[in-house]
Amino acid sequence: MEEINALMQGFGVALSPFNLLLMFAGVILGIVIGVLPGLGGANGVAILLPLTFSMAQQPGGTTSAIILLSCIYWGALFGGAITSILFNIPGEPWSVATTFDGHPLAQKGRAGSALTAAFTSSFVGALVAVIMITFLSPVVAGFALRFGPPEFFSVYLLTFCAFVGMSGGNAAKTIASMMIGFALAAVGLDSVTGTLRLTFGSTALLKGFDFLIAVIGLFGIGEILETLEEGLAFKGASARINIKVVLETWKELPRYWATSLRSSAVGCFMGIVPGGATPASFMSYGLARRLSRDGKDFGSGIVEGVVAPETAAHAAGTSALLPMITLGVPGSPTAAVLLGGLLIWGLQPGPLLFVEKPDFVWGLIASMYLGNIVGLIVVLTCVPLFAAILRIPFSIIAPVIIVICAIGAYTVHNSMFDVWLMVIFGVVGYGFKKLRYPLAPMVLALVLGDRAEENFRNAIKGSQGDLLVFFSNALVGGLTALALTLLFWPVLAAGWRILRGRR
Amino acid sequence: MQSEEQQSAASVMAVEIGVAAVVFAFGALVMFDSYRLGASWGEDGPQAGYFPFYIGLMICISSAAIFARALRDPGLAAESFVSREELKKILTVLVPTIVYVGLIAYLGFYVASTGYIAYFMWQLGKYPWIKIVPVAAGVSVAFFLIFEVWFQVPLPKGPLEALLGLN
Repeated sequence: MEEINALMQGFGVALSPFNLLLMFAGVILGIVIGVLPGLGGANGVAILLPLTFSMAQQPGGTTSAIILLSCIYWGALFGGAITSILFNIPGEPWSVATTFDGHPLAQKGRAGSALTAAFTSSFVGALVAVIMITFLSPVVAGFALRFGPPEFFSVYLLTFCAFVGMSGGNAAKTIASMMIGFALAAVGLDSVTGTLRLTFGSTALLKGFDFLIAVIGLFGIGEILETLEEGLAFKGASARINIKVVLETWKELPRYWATSLRSSAVGCFMGIVPGGATPASFMSYGLARRLSRDGKDFGSGIVEGVVAPETAAHAAGTSALLPMITLGVPGSPTAAVLLGGLLIWGLQPGPLLFVEKPDFVWGLIASMYLGNIVGLIVVLTCVPLFAAILRIPFSIIAPVIIVICAIGAYTVHNSMFDVWLMVIFGVVGYGFKKLRYPLAPMVLALVLGDRAEENFRNAIKGSQGDLLVFFSNALVGGLTALALTLLFWPVLAAGWRILRGRR
Repeated sequence: MQSEEQQSAASVMAVEIGVAAVVFAFGALVMFDSYRLGASWGEDGPQAGYFPFYIGLMICISSAAIFARALRDPGLAAESFVSREELKKILTVLVPTIVYVGLIAYLGFYVASTGYIAYFMWQLGKYPWIKIVPVAAGVSVAFFLIFEVWFQVPLPKGPLEALLGLN
């Protein structure tokens, strides 16, 4: 029960008054970010990351900083449900499935039940994922301590291949988006040879592209442009929650234990494998509809239809942090931004973190338990306040969000060039979104590009250029084989169907 | 008969092909510069351009695939990427945003932001000035307090702040 001891020490770190205050601040900010159009988990954390630079330099400050940022993430996960149910506008992509039954419920006058069910199942999903992280992450980290450069590169390969194979969209677009991310990551000074790459004599490009700028532009500005085109008219159901409704809904919820359990499992799995929260929520909604006794009523506004996607989305969003802290491979764009934060604060994410910075790791894990409890309390008590934010007219909120994005982009390096880059990334993000190029692989490649390249180079340096190094032992060979299987999964699945069809 | 406002400004096929071409050019540029740096095996390991060269190659291959697929799909030509009305809406936001970012260098963050928010409220929200001025100025003052005073993150300032002695 080593983990329990370590976790208790973590609670000791997380329960300091300052850290508790940061949790509340983070969760509230996160919910606001989740509710606002154009701001979401990934770019919200990216914008606020520069504010933690000075905080992280104080002793114990990195733990406080990660608590603040991860709580923003939990808050954003909660906030997405509010807009989906009340306004039928998913604030986050992973809450799209919540609108299917959440909004009809609200129209029937049962908004309170829908919200309570959403928040409670979010909490349950997150809790299951955190428990899994508590017990699984030391095992994974211990295992990963034996990793050398070839193994690390094959883990990265696995991550990116999983994106291509599992995303279900146009594979060529996923690959193009990902490789653009890698190319942008390569711009600037090459740390191994000291040569300048892809700068074409421009001094502004010397330091390369910062993924924070890309995230703020792609997700922030891009989304504002997209929302604008649809023309915004918020017509929402009223958001009243009282204790009676909460208790009544809680009495109803245990009936859906099977859906909860299944959705948590789907979410945890999809979070670790970089599929992310969005497909997890759809998959679990679909499974629930097929397997539930009330399956035919899904879509007409039933509580179970809210439970399924919310549980899975939160479980996936939370478990996306498991590969981030143990392997240094983020499972979602927001986890990628958090990983970038760790690098900026001078921490090396990966298995050594558990050995060298146990305070940080266990403080973070303990804060996940506490942050979600804080989140549940805050959302249940303050829903009307957050819903009121959406009643601010778009012509005021849109420029304010763009100003916030601009400030966020500027403060990363105190450079106006970055603000221009943000605008360019915004236009690119808008175009890519409309053409259905996935953005998450680009962000992940931008964050991981340098580390992936470094491990690749070290690996083939060790083998004198022989690419068979990625099959040189059972571990790395297994990882590479799994990566290739995932990469060609759609092809293999289609082949299997044809074979079966012939019989 | 479609009204002129709803007419498509560009078909999905045109944009898809255009974007794929730009992406292809980007990939070619990456390959070109990597080749210049040396994309082969050096004396002590892979050269600086080794990794990016293959990244560029994959960009070119994938964008060529997207290009070819778009050409073969006749449905895309009929599908509208953006209607004239939508494009107009986008430009009414994008152009002021570009002007705004340009003005930051001369006026400072706070003054430029005030003007930007005011323009939005006036142009899109059709608010009277009596509402615009307090909201726009209030937001900027709030940002000033949050960033300069609370978090001590200095943002670029212009002549107005110099005049008020706030630098």
